[in-house]
This record gives sequence, C-alpha cells and structure tokens, in this order.
Amino acid sequence: MGLAKRVIPCLDVDAGRVVKGVNFVDIVDAGDPVTAAKRYFDAGADELAFLDITASKDNRNTILDVVEKVASEVFIPLTVGGGIRQVADIRRLLNAGADKVSINTAAVHNPALVREASEHVGSQCIVVAIDAKSVAVPGTEAPRFEIFTHGGREATGIDAVEWSVKMAELGAGELLVTSMDRDGTKAGFNLPLTRAISDAVDVPVIASGGVGNLQHLCDGVLAGGADAVLAASIFHFGEYTIEEAKLMMRDAGIEVRL
Amino acid sequence: MTKTIAVVDYGMGNLHSVARAVSQVAPQNNTIITSTAADIAAADRVVFPGQGAARQCVQGVKDHHLQEVLIDAFNNKPFLGICMGLQILFDHSDENNGVDCLGLIAGGVNGFQRSALEPDKKVPHMGWNEVQQSGSHPLWQGIDDGARFYFVHSYFVAPTDASWTAATTDYLGSFTSAVARDNVFATQFHPEKSATDGLQLLKNFSEWKVN
Repeated sequence: MGLAKRVIPCLDVDAGRVVKGVNFVDIVDAGDPVTAAKRYFDAGADELAFLDITASKDNRNTILDVVEKVASEVFIPLTVGGGIRQVADIRRLLNAGADKVSINTAAVHNPALVREASEHVGSQCIVVAIDAKSVAVPGTEAPRFEIFTHGGREATGIDAVEWSVKMAELGAGELLVTSMDRDGTKAGFNLPLTRAISDAVDVPVIASGGVGNLQHLCDGVLAGGADAVLAASIFHFGEYTIEEAKLMMRDAGIEVRL
Repeated sequence: MTKTIAVVDYGMGNLHSVARAVSQVAPQNNTIITSTAADIAAADRVVFPGQGAARQCVQGVKDHHLQEVLIDAFNNKPFLGICMGLQILFDHSDENNGVDCLGLIAGGVNGFQRSALEPDKKVPHMGWNEVQQSGSHPLWQGIDDGARFYFVHSYFVAPTDASWTAATTDYLGSFTSAVARDNVFATQFHPEKSATDGLQLLKNFSEWKVN
C-alpha cells in the first residue's frame, strides 16, 4: 500500500458560474460553483480543478470570489487555471485560497514564467497544462504529438514530449496533459500521449480529455502511467459518482483513497 | 476566556487555508495570521506552516525577526509545524545545495531519489498517502492508524533520535511523516488539505492539553 492515484473532477467556470452543466439530481442551483465543489468534497474527490474560461476582463475577478468561497468550505487541494499571464495573477489566486495554479498558453508564449513562478511560490504550486494532439501520419511514422493553443485550434510546432521535459526542468511541479483530439469525445484518454509524457518526466502527470466511462480512468493509470485522472462531464451529469470511479479503479488493482 | 491560535506568517505561501481550517474546527478560539513576534509571544498556541524551498523559508524567519519567539514557542507552548514548518525545525536541509535550518530538532532533511525499480513513483511525492502512527498521541485521537493524508514535497526529515518519530509513511522507502515530543507536533502532510482526518487533527491540536 502507498500513494493513492487521484480522481479530480474539473469545473469550467465562466463569470462565476459553472458552465457546460453540472446536473446533480438534488441540487437546486447546479450553476453555483461553491455548491458543486462542496458536493464533490463530500463525495470523496481527492482534489478539485477549476478552469476559468471567462473571456471578458471585467469578469476576471469573479474567479477570485469563487476560489475564496470554495476554500472556506472545501478542505482538499484546489487547482485553478485560466487567464494566468504573470506571477501577480498566481499570487492573487493563491491568496484567495488556491493551492495550485495551472498555466497554459502563457507558458507557450513565455516559458520563463514557469521558472519565475516556481521560484516565487514553489514548484508544488505550479501545474503546467500540456494541450497536445497526435500529428503523426497514421501508418507512416512513429507516434508524434504537438502542442496546441487556443482551445486546440492553433498548432505551435512544438513537440509535446520535449516541451513537457522542458516545463518540468523549468520548475513545473506537475503536468496536466490534455489530449485535444480526445477532449469532449468520450472516447477515452490519448494513452500513447499520456504514457510518452509520463515516462519522460520525473514529476506527476494528470491525464485529461476524453473520459466517457470508468474504464477510461483505469486505462489512464494502467496504460497511460498517469498519477491522477481528471474528468468533467461523466461526474457532472450524474452518470457516475466519485465513489463508483474509485471502486472500479480499486477493482482494477489501482490504489485509491476510499 | 478566548484562546488565541497564531498562524505564523513569514512570507511563505498561502496561510489562509491553514487559518480557515483551524477556524472551522476551533470557532471558539481566536485564530490570527501574524508576522509579529509580540502576537506569537502572546498566543496560546502556535501553528508554523510553510511552503516553497528551505533557503527562502529560513530566510523568511530571519527577515521577520521571528527566530527567538519561535524557539520560545517550540519550547513552551502547543506548537504545530506543517510541511516546511516541520523541515526547517531540523539542523540542516539538503535542498538548495544545503541550508542550515533552525536546529531545534537534531537531524537532517534529505531529498527523495527516484528508483529504477519503482518507475511509477514520481517526485514530488504528491497526493494522499497512508500515515502509520508510531504510538498513541492526543493528536491522533479519532484518526485511524494508516489514515490517508495529503502530501506534496520532494524532501523528507530524518531525526537523529528515533523517539521523535510520531508517524511514518512509505514512499521510495519509509520516512518520518510526523514528529512529536512534549508540546511539539509537526507533520510533513497538510492537515488543512486532508479532508475529515486533517480537520480532526487540527481540532485535536486546538484542544491539546500539554502535560
């Protein structure tokens, strides 16, 4: 027995409200992030992730209110991502009660931010999001993955595995690996991508993107080599509970916290 | 009379989650976040948290002129160290190419080394791991032996005197995950992020009657 693999529900937040739907059967206001977070905490989630997808600058500060309220009631680690450009943004989120921040596009445009941030607040607070797609031509070349930005629309020409190694060297304490070609498909994680990155770095890897059922979570750990699995819709719509996920993982021989 | 619990702020990371969790379990107490020696000296109990790297943490204590008042609290009143607030109590840390720490507990702080035999064990050690209690202690009251707590760290303490060890955890070998003696208790894990069992430990601390 030892360290448990983590199950992390992820909530997309826009202007202080959960979007893409959370549909617990007996919650009146499913769009309230504090209510949803509390529910996941009570259900045994190991961590929570919030992704701030607010486009308008005016509404940016609403995520700070959300984090502050959640942190007062939820006593597990909170990771918050979205809209982080500089160390000051990170400090504000940590002061509001986040335990870790996830840096995405800003790391691609300004990798030095990862080093600066980890030196200021410690690597344990810095998660770097790796948004990648398979770009190899099937049947003609070995698996190859590339970093994409802007929600998977813009290719960067950066090799995802090399980039992951670089991010860990610069001070990322953890990597959130999202397969952009699987996100929203419910077809399961991109396991070769997860495995390639997990094998290449010393730091823990969170698998994300594409979970449609509980077997996918098990696959992420067993075949993908992930230290944690992140999912959104399968939990939000009540298809599966956190406990069902963990029981399935346990039965597959994975150590979990029950 | 209202008792005061001081959460020591020496510039090292998010203390609000520690203070929030303590307030939650000990609402009858006055929980304060402070970087002032006088507040710490006047407090009934002291929580000494900490995040980041050893060199910065030791420097933070010195910059805030808190070394003396912390030594006094360590020797005299219920004192709870958390994470870096455990590590820098020791003589020396291997982090940052070697750092002299506060020297209140004999021993060192060593880094985890990844093992080819256990490639799935990453560093930092991050997540929920089992805490094996070395014996009974008032702070373990209501907490199962082997309960899981949340960890995030790359270095671990190694007390010279094994009687300091209050708990061990297995990760790339067995390491000391909590220490205790007299009025002092300190954990490598984060009770403030460890759900029900973590809150129970903080509640036990807030009610701890040191003999």
